[in-house]
Amino acid sequence: MTRQNLSIALTGSGGSGVMTMGSMLLEAAAQAGWYGFMGRSAGPQIRGGEAAAMIRVSSEPIESPDDSFDLVLAIDPGSLDRFVAEIPLRPDSLLISDAEGGRRSSSLPDTPARVVDLPMKKMAKTVNGGRPNMIALGAVARIIGLPDTSLYSILEKTLKSKGPDALESSWTCVREGYAKAADLPAFGGPPINTGSTVERWNITGNEAAGLGAVRGGVRFVAAYPITPATEVLEWLAGALPRVGGVLVQAEDELASMNQVIGASFGGTPSLTATSGPGLALMTEAIGLAVCSEVPVVVLDVMRCGPSTGIATKSEQSDLNIATKGLHGDAPHLVLSPTSVTDCVFTTQWAVHLAESMQTAAIVLSDQSLGQTRAIVNRPADIAFMARRLVPEQFEEQYHRYAVGDSGVSPMAIPGQKGGQYTADGLEHNEAGAPSSLSEDHIAQLEKRQRKITGFDYGEHWAELEGDGETAVITWGSTTGPVREALSRLREQGEDIRLIAPRLLSPERPVEMAAALEGVKKLLVIEQSHSEQFYRYLRSAYDLPAATRVFNRPGPLPFRPNEIIQQLLKWSAAS
Amino acid sequence: MTASTACTLLQPKEYKSGVKPVWCPGCGDFGVLGSITKALSGMQIQPENAAVISGIGCSSRMPTYLNAYGFHGVHGRALALATGLKIARPDLTVIATGGDGDGFSIGGNHFLHTCRRNPDMTYIVMDNQVYGMTKGQASPTTDPNWEKGKLTPGGTGINPFQPLVIALASGANFIARSSSSDSNGTARIIMEAIKHPGFSMVQVLSPCVTFRPEQREWKNIVIPAPIDATSDPAKAARRLLTDEGLYTGILYRGERPAYQPALKSSIDNIEELDEEFRL
Repeated sequence: MTRQNLSIALTGSGGSGVMTMGSMLLEAAAQAGWYGFMGRSAGPQIRGGEAAAMIRVSSEPIESPDDSFDLVLAIDPGSLDRFVAEIPLRPDSLLISDAEGGRRSSSLPDTPARVVDLPMKKMAKTVNGGRPNMIALGAVARIIGLPDTSLYSILEKTLKSKGPDALESSWTCVREGYAKAADLPAFGGPPINTGSTVERWNITGNEAAGLGAVRGGVRFVAAYPITPATEVLEWLAGALPRVGGVLVQAEDELASMNQVIGASFGGTPSLTATSGPGLALMTEAIGLAVCSEVPVVVLDVMRCGPSTGIATKSEQSDLNIATKGLHGDAPHLVLSPTSVTDCVFTTQWAVHLAESMQTAAIVLSDQSLGQTRAIVNRPADIAFMARRLVPEQFEEQYHRYAVGDSGVSPMAIPGQKGGQYTADGLEHNEAGAPSSLSEDHIAQLEKRQRKITGFDYGEHWAELEGDGETAVITWGSTTGPVREALSRLREQGEDIRLIAPRLLSPERPVEMAAALEGVKKLLVIEQSHSEQFYRYLRSAYDLPAATRVFNRPGPLPFRPNEIIQQLLKWSAAS
Repeated sequence: MTASTACTLLQPKEYKSGVKPVWCPGCGDFGVLGSITKALSGMQIQPENAAVISGIGCSSRMPTYLNAYGFHGVHGRALALATGLKIARPDLTVIATGGDGDGFSIGGNHFLHTCRRNPDMTYIVMDNQVYGMTKGQASPTTDPNWEKGKLTPGGTGINPFQPLVIALASGANFIARSSSSDSNGTARIIMEAIKHPGFSMVQVLSPCVTFRPEQREWKNIVIPAPIDATSDPAKAARRLLTDEGLYTGILYRGERPAYQPALKSSIDNIEELDEEFRL
């Protein structure tokens, strides 16, 4: 199997248009037949500061950044300095910069890469209204073998609101850059045409999560803007009205969460999206949803914490608060998508599960999934929909919280005659009246626990691959790099098992024991400083005696080769 | 109790759930419970079409005592939960109930923004200027010189919150005050509040006989407002700032349209959403 791959980074000061340029380049690559994705890294500034678009294209679907970059283009040299650690380069990497493009770079003299100069700023000045990022777009397109004709229609689409002059000057810049790149080294060329007729999509993880929510039946969203979850809301604000739903921008996260509970109490499947600081504010009300048995979904697009942390960069450090952050004994669901595409599935499944079990579900995405724009095969349609158990008729006295076998009791919806009850965060009896009796407390605690531990989650609880005696266990966005590492090892004849739980709470001891059957060595990989995932696994499951952890905090992503090195080092040592 | 049919009128008592209130004997909230049942009966709102939403505190126990759909949520968030419900279910009569601590202290931000947003619902605040459930601390509406608060033995020394002035400034569309001692008068005001489009704020002076026994006097000192409700916010503001909190009646009727996003049911264009992602 020969796979073609190219990794390209574009850096610039914020506002210099690297993200626009990156999106256009990705789309042009997609039209030429590539799969790929573009991740974003940025400082906290809204304008100014530095931004980097990290693109990888491949002849096959991919989910992981590569070990290093083939090409980096800095619109101004100074913008490189912030990303030295995030953009590893090799001696044969090509670094294109512009000596007269702006601030000087302190890192440039030390780079291992071949450095070439492209006077983007000067070239743009010769075009009326010209911009250096469009010169760069043309140049990079040529270097990686994309036809300039495809760029015109993409420019047309992207710039349609800016008028014919903007289109004309951008197109002139693109062609200038394209022509000038004839003097620069070239890479790759167009991908091998696999002849595949699979429908491909251009989608971000945040859009995918929004789409999953809508497909699952969510029609009410209340939320407060927060990086990096805002794009979920922006997408939903446009999409929901088209399917009869509504998005409300609430005054804060406390209001968002409570509005969502109110709407769901009224019978409408509901969701909010936030990031760590917002999740912290919501935890009291998530406990209310658990206790009053009102289904809700909370999407947490994780970023570096604690506190405000690094708002624009990714980390897997909300696992503790998501699984253990509610006060009291509050059993609820925690799920995590394993790829951009899986954001559709996992969010849709979360809606289905929350509605089926009348409880709260927290979906842990993260900045690197959410803000990555990917070219992927169309996410499969799945049958999981919001289906809530609602009483058809009422006994003399309706018992909203009847204990029953499964723990799931029929939930009356306002407007249903005879179903009047008070949903309550106070402990209550089966009828819903407040109760401080120990027997009612025990009965209701067990009801709420039983309905989620006894549920049949089927095969979707985890992604499992291979059956070697060494296994890697990971979750969320780090699944991509792990999967690529294991696939490279498989090509070398090493079978290493992958375990990536999609369902983090409730725990699945029987299924996990089966997944770990025969495993002698287990490597835990996670992006958190305090080994949150490892400690979660230790508390929930029986792990092999030989269990090691490879962890680090955000924002640096895991790269396949460093995972391979960890595994090789371990096998060499034993 | 015989089940009601379409041709028999629902009596106030049929809006009670039968759960016995936790309130102290003599608590003003009993009167408000009676007024709410009278208002629901007066308007013949079917119990299944009414939803009463509350947070935490003595008066926030209200939904449990009513035969209606109810939600007894977390402290301070009743208005947010009620807003979500009303947006999702505009067909329901939504009433939020609570006290001065729940509404103006921990829930103060939601109070401001619900007034601004102006959803078509009614907020009944039983104001007794004290935290009763936690046994007698000063609340946002407590007089700064009240020295019996166990956490503020020398008095709070800080300015009391003026809920109706704030409601007006924030955009509430209907503002009224009443006394729990006047059960029928309060019921009439609640009915007007429910009928008025947009967000209706009803402050009910409801004595805490346990921690503020002097409030028993309220029934003798409240005064029906000498002038009719105005729809002029400037006039209403002047009146509210100078009435010492004892004028009862409807004080302001605004004319802002209620907030109600267009919610359509049974539209199914989900496949169309795929279009924007397709290459």
